[in-house]
Amino acid sequence: MPKLTVVTRTGDEIEIEQTRPGASVMELMRDHDVPDLLALCGGSRSCATCHVWVDTAFLSKLPEAVEEESELLDSSMHRQPNSRLSCQIKWKDELDGLRVTLAPED
Amino acid sequence: MAQPSVAIIGAGQAGLQVAVSLREQHYEGRIALIGDEPHVPYARPPLSKAYLLGEAGDLALRPQTYFAQHRIDLIAGKRAVAIDRTRRMVGLDDESVIEYDHLVLATGARNRSLPIPGVELGNVFLLRTLDEAALLRERMAAAKNVVVIGAGFIGLEFAATATKLGANVTVLDVADRPMARALSKTMSAVFTREHEKTGVRLMFNTQAMRLLGEQCVTAVETVDGKILPADLVLIGIGVIPNVEVAATCNLTVENGIVVDEFLQTSDPHISSIGDVAAFSNRHLGGGRVRLESVQNASDQARCVAARIMGQPDAYDAVPWFWSTQGSLKLQMAGLPSSGCEEVVRGDPNASKCSVFLFRDGKLACVETHNRPADHMLARRLLAERAALTPDQAADPTFDLKSLLPRPAARVAAA
Repeated sequence: MPKLTVVTRTGDEIEIEQTRPGASVMELMRDHDVPDLLALCGGSRSCATCHVWVDTAFLSKLPEAVEEESELLDSSMHRQPNSRLSCQIKWKDELDGLRVTLAPED
Repeated sequence: MAQPSVAIIGAGQAGLQVAVSLREQHYEGRIALIGDEPHVPYARPPLSKAYLLGEAGDLALRPQTYFAQHRIDLIAGKRAVAIDRTRRMVGLDDESVIEYDHLVLATGARNRSLPIPGVELGNVFLLRTLDEAALLRERMAAAKNVVVIGAGFIGLEFAATATKLGANVTVLDVADRPMARALSKTMSAVFTREHEKTGVRLMFNTQAMRLLGEQCVTAVETVDGKILPADLVLIGIGVIPNVEVAATCNLTVENGIVVDEFLQTSDPHISSIGDVAAFSNRHLGGGRVRLESVQNASDQARCVAARIMGQPDAYDAVPWFWSTQGSLKLQMAGLPSSGCEEVVRGDPNASKCSVFLFRDGKLACVETHNRPADHMLARRLLAERAALTPDQAADPTFDLKSLLPRPAARVAAA
């Protein structure tokens, strides 16, 4: 099954093999118990507590961030060019091998 | 007791987060998570929005398998009815008993009922639980005329959803503007205008006197004699904290379970968090409040879990809230209070703006409409007690970020 790798805040790697198309990366991380992932607003683009840094090789495979997501990321102290809200990344099989790092808490 | 143990009464956002945080921090003892709903802990915010539209994914905050994997004894569908503080035991309604070293009361709140004739009719709803939302969703399919009693967050979120589903929606409130207890006049006016644009009819300074109908509701009669046809009514007029179990064991209760700055009750073995906890901190202007929000539930849970793990810290988070009403996104950071100076950033007549509220010249609260970046910055400005002036706030070219330090590491207040 296509695989997602998550780097936690403590630097540990969690491999998620049970991915499902249509679920968001945030939901996959939450269901696989990635520590420190708050995802407080449940994916409604109201907070930025699921902020991740995405492996740059995959950036082109993701749809561009809408304005609201971009604004939320902008306000983070930890925004990088590869920052995304994981709730806005819908899983698809071509993301196999994707690696994301949980950004520090703001 | 052979093994240390934590019991948590209330399996909502707050209660669950205590259990999750304890296990994340390698708590080795037993954890009992007691909830009176027959479900795994789930997200409530979508119940008034995406869930009713049939657009919500899985609402469960953790998969069913999580609890066994993490040795969390999820006791769902049972109610805690008694606490024996001397023997440190919780009694449940099936007469079973749970022992604890530390007890967390995260009992939440319940909807206030409306004491008028007709509320017992069919198709009259309160909205808080998944079961209520499931029935409401079923009944919405055939609803043409919807009356919402209460122009608060839930009422307006539901009004926007019902409008999207094609119903004619009327919202009544006894106040003179929407979300009057929580919002500035400027932001209330923005939301009045935006809701009216989508076709919601708002009626203020009025009240429902009775609900009419035989089996199911057919109309709402207001105190000023109007008859509003309704085949579905939603009542959203606030909540009452669930303090009963705390009161039975003589903990201090006063519009909520009273806790100190560490979220500890008058018994050092008992903490209280979330909607039910009455607390104060520097962000709240001196008084004791209860906050009904996901942020407060989650952050207080983490604060108590840290204390149980031997790292006590006063609860100091900046409160923040959101309410998504159709395409309108309201976010608030800080707590409003009367007598604040209102400073508008952006154009209140446009589709996005922010209102900065100053109390005695100091930033107290920021409300944003479709400006999430202002909201995020506001939370940090409040946490840092940044010296923002009203003039700076009003100047759209002023860079709010310039008032913040740029730490490499995390900001502690979240």
